[in-house]
Amino acid sequence: MMSRVRLLVGTRKGAFILTSDGKRQNWDVSGPHFAGWELYHLKGSPADPNRIYASQSSGWFGQIIQRSDDGGKTWNPPGSNAEDLKGPEGMPKGESNKFVYEGQVGTHMWYDGTQHPWEFKRIWHLEPSLTDPETVYAGAEDAAIFKTTNGGKTWQELSGLRNAKGNLWQPGAGGMAVHTILLDRKNPDRIYVAISAAGAFRTNDGGKTWKPINRGLKSPYQLPDPDAEVGHCVHRIALHPSRPDVLFMQKHWDVMRTDNAGDSWTEVSGNLPTDFGFPVDVHAHEPETIYVVPIKSDAEHFPMEGKLRVYRSKSGGNEWEALTKGLPQKDCYVNVLRDAMSVDSLEPSGIYFGTTGGQVYGSADSGDSWNAIVRDLPAVLSVEAQTLP
Amino acid sequence: MIRVLLPYHLRNLARVSGDVELEPNGPITIGSILNQIEARYPVLRGTIRDHVTLRRRPFIRFFACEQDLSNEPVETILPEPIATGAEPFMIIGAIAGG
Repeated sequence: MMSRVRLLVGTRKGAFILTSDGKRQNWDVSGPHFAGWELYHLKGSPADPNRIYASQSSGWFGQIIQRSDDGGKTWNPPGSNAEDLKGPEGMPKGESNKFVYEGQVGTHMWYDGTQHPWEFKRIWHLEPSLTDPETVYAGAEDAAIFKTTNGGKTWQELSGLRNAKGNLWQPGAGGMAVHTILLDRKNPDRIYVAISAAGAFRTNDGGKTWKPINRGLKSPYQLPDPDAEVGHCVHRIALHPSRPDVLFMQKHWDVMRTDNAGDSWTEVSGNLPTDFGFPVDVHAHEPETIYVVPIKSDAEHFPMEGKLRVYRSKSGGNEWEALTKGLPQKDCYVNVLRDAMSVDSLEPSGIYFGTTGGQVYGSADSGDSWNAIVRDLPAVLSVEAQTLP
Repeated sequence: MIRVLLPYHLRNLARVSGDVELEPNGPITIGSILNQIEARYPVLRGTIRDHVTLRRRPFIRFFACEQDLSNEPVETILPEPIATGAEPFMIIGAIAGG
């Protein structure tokens, strides 16, 4: 049977699910799911692709976690089945949306240099376990990582992350959130996270203890000490499953790579027209082929010259080529947010990204040519591709 | 029978249409109504008031008999027409944002 692709698209006003056969030419659009809510992220379990988790939030009503067990056809907040409604003491649980920081809440750096208490705002990113559909990691604003081992019914913070100099972390203009979580297929105890504006961090013990991994990042004019251990505005990190020691990073400014699991980073911006941007991703079959979307500057969050160009490097950075075929090359002023790019694992690999203008573009030939799958969604916050049998 | 009006998004979340009807059970206060709502619809825990502090979320308002009770203590006894169901207790998403 021919493989299929399912795209999980989170937007400012709901979620959309786009599906296609392996040709990736014709797409069905389902949605909006959770209309009117912000969907920061949806992601399927690699161990059970029909198990999908979604982060639904609102400035009015706070955080909701939703789960589908049938590929996105139906959704329920975990723990809302009748048998889950009450705990042993007979009281309602309803804890699938309860994210409470462990222990003393603690403080982080505030804009005026004083200390400010952690305050939960929303879940930015959901990262299901590679092997267990019931286990998911959640990246929170204010920055913290939570874990569920019961399919999202309850969540516990892995509070060791905030011990990695959390008192020195400071929110950027977009808040202070764990926006990237990368799991290591070869070593289940190793997890990477990235936080704006604190940097990248790694645990080698399943999340008990964490260390900053920011050596080599330089942030002149942003930090008093441009080589500081924490405080760098990391926008996104990515890895290829076959090489979990190699990470690529889009920093606020600079595209970086590490070959030693983050112990040291080197810049690979090379010939990019600008090294500011948000997403970075890795080709499904070529670990040295990576993608970024250069954005003019942090002062003007749009593509240079009104031309939407994805840049691809086939050499792990430094040498980049512009991919433009099928993308608007004039009067285009959309942005591509950090979680809004994803790849499928068909042959040839597909790559997808969503824009703040509501377009989702797809390429079925690794970026050589592009088509708009949809053009008029709400602003796209996240795109996740699932390759289905 | 007490009638409670939920905002549109919370009705969707709780999968109810129209007013929610609650049995009177002891003194009818803001807190007793919220407790009953959360017991019947656990998914609403955290959406009206904070899980831990139980403080009202900033953009949620409570109205009864044309009075804004949002900042009243949760022990406040509600007017008789609420207890009898003649008037609904209204939980409202504030007109805020853009």
